[in-house]
Amino acid sequence: MSAAIRVASFIGLMLVSMQSWAEYHLNLRPGVTSFSQGAYDIHTLVMWICVVIGIVVFGAMIYSIVMHRKSRGAVAAKFDDNLTIEIVWTVIPFIILGFMAVPATKVLLAMEDVSDSDMSIKVTGYQWKWHYDYNVGENAQDISFFSNLATPMEEIHNKATKEKNYLLEVDNRIVVPANKKIRLLFTSNDVIHAWWIPAFGVKQDAIPGYINDAWFKTDKIGTYRGQCAELCGTNHGFMPIVVDVVSEADYEKWVASKKESAAAAEASSNKTWTKAELIEHGKAVYATNCVACHQASGEGIPNVFPALKGSAIATGDVSKHIDIVVHGKTGTAMQAFGAQLNDADLAALVTYERNAWGNDTGDAVQPADIKAAR
Amino acid sequence: MSAVIEEHHDDHDHKPTGIGRWLFSTNHKDIGTMYLCFSFLMLFIGGTLALVIRAELFQPGLQFIDPELFNQMTTLHGLIMVFGVIMPAFVGLANWMVPLMIGAPDMALPRMNNWSFWLLPGAFGLLIASLIMSLMGMGSAPNFGWTFYAPLSTTYGPDSTDFFIFSVHMMGISSIMGAINIIATIINMRAPGMTYMKMPIFVWTWFITAYLLIAVMPVLAGAVTMMLTDRNFGTSFFSAAGGGDPVLFQHVFWFFGHPEVYIMILPSFGIISQIVPTFSRKKIFGYSSMVYATSSIAFLSFIVWAHHMFTTGMPVATELFFMYATMLIAVPTGVKVFNWVSTMWKGSLTFETPMLFAIAFIFLFTIGGFTGLMLAIVPADFQYHDTYFVVAHFHYVLVSGALFGIFAAVYFWLPKWTGNMYDEGLGKWHFWLSTISMNILFFPMHFLGLAGMPRRIPDYNLQFAEFNQIASIGAFIFGFSQLILLYNVIKTIRGKSSEKATDQVWEGAEGLEWTLPSPAPFHSFTTPPTVK
Ligand code: HEC
Ligand SMILES: [Cu+2]
Repeated sequence: MSAAIRVASFIGLMLVSMQSWAEYHLNLRPGVTSFSQGAYDIHTLVMWICVVIGIVVFGAMIYSIVMHRKSRGAVAAKFDDNLTIEIVWTVIPFIILGFMAVPATKVLLAMEDVSDSDMSIKVTGYQWKWHYDYNVGENAQDISFFSNLATPMEEIHNKATKEKNYLLEVDNRIVVPANKKIRLLFTSNDVIHAWWIPAFGVKQDAIPGYINDAWFKTDKIGTYRGQCAELCGTNHGFMPIVVDVVSEADYEKWVASKKESAAAAEASSNKTWTKAELIEHGKAVYATNCVACHQASGEGIPNVFPALKGSAIATGDVSKHIDIVVHGKTGTAMQAFGAQLNDADLAALVTYERNAWGNDTGDAVQPADIKAAR
Repeated sequence: MSAVIEEHHDDHDHKPTGIGRWLFSTNHKDIGTMYLCFSFLMLFIGGTLALVIRAELFQPGLQFIDPELFNQMTTLHGLIMVFGVIMPAFVGLANWMVPLMIGAPDMALPRMNNWSFWLLPGAFGLLIASLIMSLMGMGSAPNFGWTFYAPLSTTYGPDSTDFFIFSVHMMGISSIMGAINIIATIINMRAPGMTYMKMPIFVWTWFITAYLLIAVMPVLAGAVTMMLTDRNFGTSFFSAAGGGDPVLFQHVFWFFGHPEVYIMILPSFGIISQIVPTFSRKKIFGYSSMVYATSSIAFLSFIVWAHHMFTTGMPVATELFFMYATMLIAVPTGVKVFNWVSTMWKGSLTFETPMLFAIAFIFLFTIGGFTGLMLAIVPADFQYHDTYFVVAHFHYVLVSGALFGIFAAVYFWLPKWTGNMYDEGLGKWHFWLSTISMNILFFPMHFLGLAGMPRRIPDYNLQFAEFNQIASIGAFIFGFSQLILLYNVIKTIRGKSSEKATDQVWEGAEGLEWTLPSPAPFHSFTTPPTVK
């Protein structure tokens, strides 16, 4: 009796502690677009067909295992062939497959139709961030930006509590209007990546030298999150995607604010900064763009990514330092950041690297120096 | 004249001694043993890497290894398990059993047999050396996944990629030679009366597998050779910047890769088709349909490769073709499963360890087959592709499929190889622990994939924490359970406390291998038996 109570309270405790589990899911979710819904429906159909077939086949096996065991005195029958039944169980699967193939084909054809889109966004994969460009197609806007992981390193290294959107947060989200057919064009700057938002049912590879497309349209305003789905090197697990679907009015507001901040960045590239300002800004730029490889400590990863702490370039000739940051080094993971960051950011970055981690060169690089080196 | 010499062999069973027996061996049994031991060693190495991966994934956040090392772990785990465990184990079983099952004295090409084995330690030595160097801080081991997609493995590959290429070349040569040998043996050395349609199903499945190997291993060799020249000699087969095509790499790779997955399962189908009738005390149901189904699967395996590439942006018509072709594979695979179930039906079943593994195989492989069918459906695949759902799928077909088939085979034939019965109690412990833990390990991965967790990531969002934790617990139980098998095998080989095996070993066993004494003598069937 007391044992029973103990077992029951144990199970009860287990159930209670289940409640405290973070939000988890067992099944695919229907999502918010017509083809995430289509994928969900076809997934559900095929899964249940499999379950039914499984029950029949496993049922027969279990029956046999229980009833036809030697220990029960079963004597083996002699049959080892039966043409009729073999034909039957070859033909029936064909028919079942037909029932799956027809709806699958319908959903697929609808997905591939990218015609009549309202706006286009070009998505470029980089090691390890995404670049979005609204400068394509008819409703082109002068907006283009990188989107980096925004989860702090302290959380990843277990030095701070992890937030709900751990590893699924970015510094710059893509913003799109609801109820518009958004066409996405995918390509890559280096290796193959894959852009995936589960709630949209969109997963497309971003391949260097290719332009792939896909589209989505949803009336559900909200924030949708996804991740890079194709192994793309060291930080493959750290390049999330966040999409804000907003109302038409909010979208217009966002476009206006993006334009303003572009103008402000332009202005900041024309002024002269103090060294303290440069270092402070540079530290932030370094944290989003460089830590993945060179590490927050500036020590890099031995034999993979070089240390900047005490390195010949970061403590030697400034022009060489500017050159490698602006133009990168072809054939290595060191990209040409000149194409990705503005003059002020680059100046701040180089200044920071030349004064951090004991590289006390005392140099201050101004946006004008970068402009000259481009 | 020759009869006299053969008699001499049978009587004295004189084997070479010392290390030379193994280094220069041309005996199919010794070479088979070496293949199996090699594969067993690799299983523990590959398994250790898997446990490192699962330890890192036990909790969100980075705990034990950095993302760079994590990628090296997944890459080497995959390469070692595919090329170092499953394939050599099958070749080892073929070496041991094909001659015994068809009444041949040895393999047709015994010296080549020696060479195909001894290439493997070189190949894997090179691969594992790259990991050891990485751990010692000298560059990075291969880190681009076992599928080594370009340009990640070409322009962006670490220096050790060239080690990897050389290693794959050696493995390829080894497999091709092994396959040629098996085909030559089966065509030329069957005992009188052993017509093709009387061959045991294991021999049939290996016969077909060997043709698959000869067809696709050169394609793999071509892929890595193009990588080699892209990396070192300025060609641009796979580099868009030079006019090449990264997607071409995937087409070439999967033209090899898809038949490869059948290479890793057909011999297990054969093993199950030997074991189920034995312990059902009944003939295999639908022998000829088994042969035809295997051949159809082999044929279809050549025209489904692009189902691994649905998200690369192929034309719709191509996607539809590959979807339909892939769905078709369900038909012959279904036939096989139905035949096994019908063989058990109205049999007289007993449940020794080989049969337990065979039954688990049928259940769990079928689950892997179902998820395979789901993955074939393109719109749904857009959601499943490159997630843990795929990881769950291929571990159900490779662990509870290929590997359980190998376990079943080892328990089934070990008494014939050693002359001693293995410890049935330990066998059952191994079975139950492996089967339960393998489901704890891989079943939750279906949920993870459906909830949106990509594969090959070292860290994840909190919503994936519970199932990762469960999977990691399963992984450690599964990993350590394999020590029971190791202990059981060693104990049986030493045989001090083992029961002696009879010639027939199993009550329901039928076939030429069971007419030989246990252990099978060093030279067997020097005069061919006659098959009625
Ligand atoms: C994808 C990884 C990666 C990222 C991100 C990255 N680098 Fe690099 N960086 C490298 C590699 C690899 C090299 C070595 C190139 C070579 O072979 O010379 C390098 C070299 C350098 C060097 C020269 C170091 C020396 O002493 O040789 C500097 C300076 C540098 N990077 C600055 C930066 C800055 C600033 C950023 C951020 C804007 C950055 N890197 C981001 C990979 C990266
Ligand atoms: Cu990526």
